[in-house]
Amino acid sequence: MGIIKTNRLVHEYIHRDEEGNVESIQSALEGVNLEIEKGQFVAILGHNGSGKSTLAKHMNAILQPSEGTVWVQGMDTSEEKNLWDVRQSAGMVFQNPDNQIIASVVEEDVAFGPENMGVPTDEIWRRVEESLKSVGMLKFRNHSPNKLSGGQKQRVAIAGVVAMQPDCIVFDEPTAMLDPNGRKEVLRTAHLLNREKGVTVILITHYMEEVVEADKVFVMDSGKIVMEGTPRQIFSQVETLKKYRLDVPQITLLAYELRKAGLQIPQGILTRRELVDALSKIRA
Amino acid sequence: MSIILDKINYIYGQGTAYEIQALKNINLKIEDGEFLGIIGHTGSGKSTLIQHLNGLTKATSGAIYYNGADIYDEGYPLKELRTKVGLVFQYPEHQLFETTIFEDVCFGPKNQGLTKKEVQLRAFAALRSVGLPEEVYYHSPFDLSGGQKRRVAIAGVLAMQPDVLILDEPTAGLDPKGRDDILDQVAKLHRERGMTVILVSHSMEDVAKYVGRIIVMNQGSIVLDDVPGNVFAHYQELEAIGLAAPQVTYLMHELREAGLPVDVSATTVTEAKNEILEKLGR
Repeated sequence: MGIIKTNRLVHEYIHRDEEGNVESIQSALEGVNLEIEKGQFVAILGHNGSGKSTLAKHMNAILQPSEGTVWVQGMDTSEEKNLWDVRQSAGMVFQNPDNQIIASVVEEDVAFGPENMGVPTDEIWRRVEESLKSVGMLKFRNHSPNKLSGGQKQRVAIAGVVAMQPDCIVFDEPTAMLDPNGRKEVLRTAHLLNREKGVTVILITHYMEEVVEADKVFVMDSGKIVMEGTPRQIFSQVETLKKYRLDVPQITLLAYELRKAGLQIPQGILTRRELVDALSKIRA
Repeated sequence: MSIILDKINYIYGQGTAYEIQALKNINLKIEDGEFLGIIGHTGSGKSTLIQHLNGLTKATSGAIYYNGADIYDEGYPLKELRTKVGLVFQYPEHQLFETTIFEDVCFGPKNQGLTKKEVQLRAFAALRSVGLPEEVYYHSPFDLSGGQKRRVAIAGVLAMQPDVLILDEPTAGLDPKGRDDILDQVAKLHRERGMTVILVSHSMEDVAKYVGRIIVMNQGSIVLDDVPGNVFAHYQELEAIGLAAPQVTYLMHELREAGLPVDVSATTVTEAKNEILEKLGR
């Protein structure tokens, strides 16, 4: 079994009035089946309200299934005895770094997670140092988080998750509030953790460019997974993606437009290198 | 009709140990009917700058002229200025508070002291102009999707009928379709009503696609001020200050290096496509 697996996962948000009577039921996930292998870098795309964040919250048992099952490392998330281990296996990084940082010194913030897990002090310091190093923030260990840039704060938030040594990290739109440089820093960090520490990464994003290097992409729409494949397979379907309110990377779009205009360019171009090569061939 | 900033300086926490100069000697003229983009990394002074344009923040030194009048003059109607220069903050949906969408949009014009009828007419017009379907006007704003909430917030500013609309990262956190929808609506307001629009954004692709002029900020100063093609030609300088150029601009440079004699000033997919097709003789 993969590190995360869901079977016909359904999630319903139940709205109640002041007396506790059910006013309305909104179903956010409608039978999601997905499997993520250990060590993969997986991206989840989908428009606002398609169910991405709800799905993410099932991956570390913040939410419980209304129907169906979620397994993390083979553990059923709906069983209470597994909660502690599930949350330790799957860490989460959210959109706004300011909401995730609590301490007044960077290293104390990173220590918060392992401290709550009852890790011995010596081990905490070792982990703090190692996690800050892995996100490239070690030299800021004694700084105050509120003096850092957005990208740096987000990397501190990531270090805080890394210090709990999860097998998998779910990034829920980690770059939405960052400037171009901050976006680059955070993305590079996610790839580094995946490559060098073997952490399974699940990246939820609205920026198509960030998905190009993923191993696998899932596309969600109205609570269901509607597309699944490599970035190339997904992004070669420009019209289908538009239907789901999504887009393709700018380079892919340009290649698609040039192809429509009659140039002999292969489908699903993802990088500038590929497009330069394809155009050079046409010229020759 | 224009906004002129003359030697504007702004210092946070002046006289304390935490003194920071957020704006340094800013000189800027924004013409009537312009579509202006402001880019710069987090903390470069973009938001501080736009808060000066409607008098929300007062400069430590320097002068601002709105349509020829000095807004720091005694007796200048600042309250009126704030309705003429509409500012939409980041994540404006966090500021929605009324029980219905319609009531929320009425809040601005109601405070302008207009008649009830006029207020309602303006609210309808504003909601229509952001493309929100009529059947939701009397719903709670909290039942809407992220993109729709943001449109309600923008409508709330439009209902005051400003001459200048300033948007601080209006598309952060929205999906690609939501991003295009909002910016297309804003572009339409600019085109059809001649509204001056100032767009602060972290998306170089969006800025390149919509604006006619870009101001680049770094450490409280304006370092570049030009049309998109010329600004993004400085992509190496932009990278050095934490920014970037649109992907297609990089591509054009790489094509040129690979021997295809394209003009490298393209900043949008359409421009790049036309240029490549032309140079390939199609």
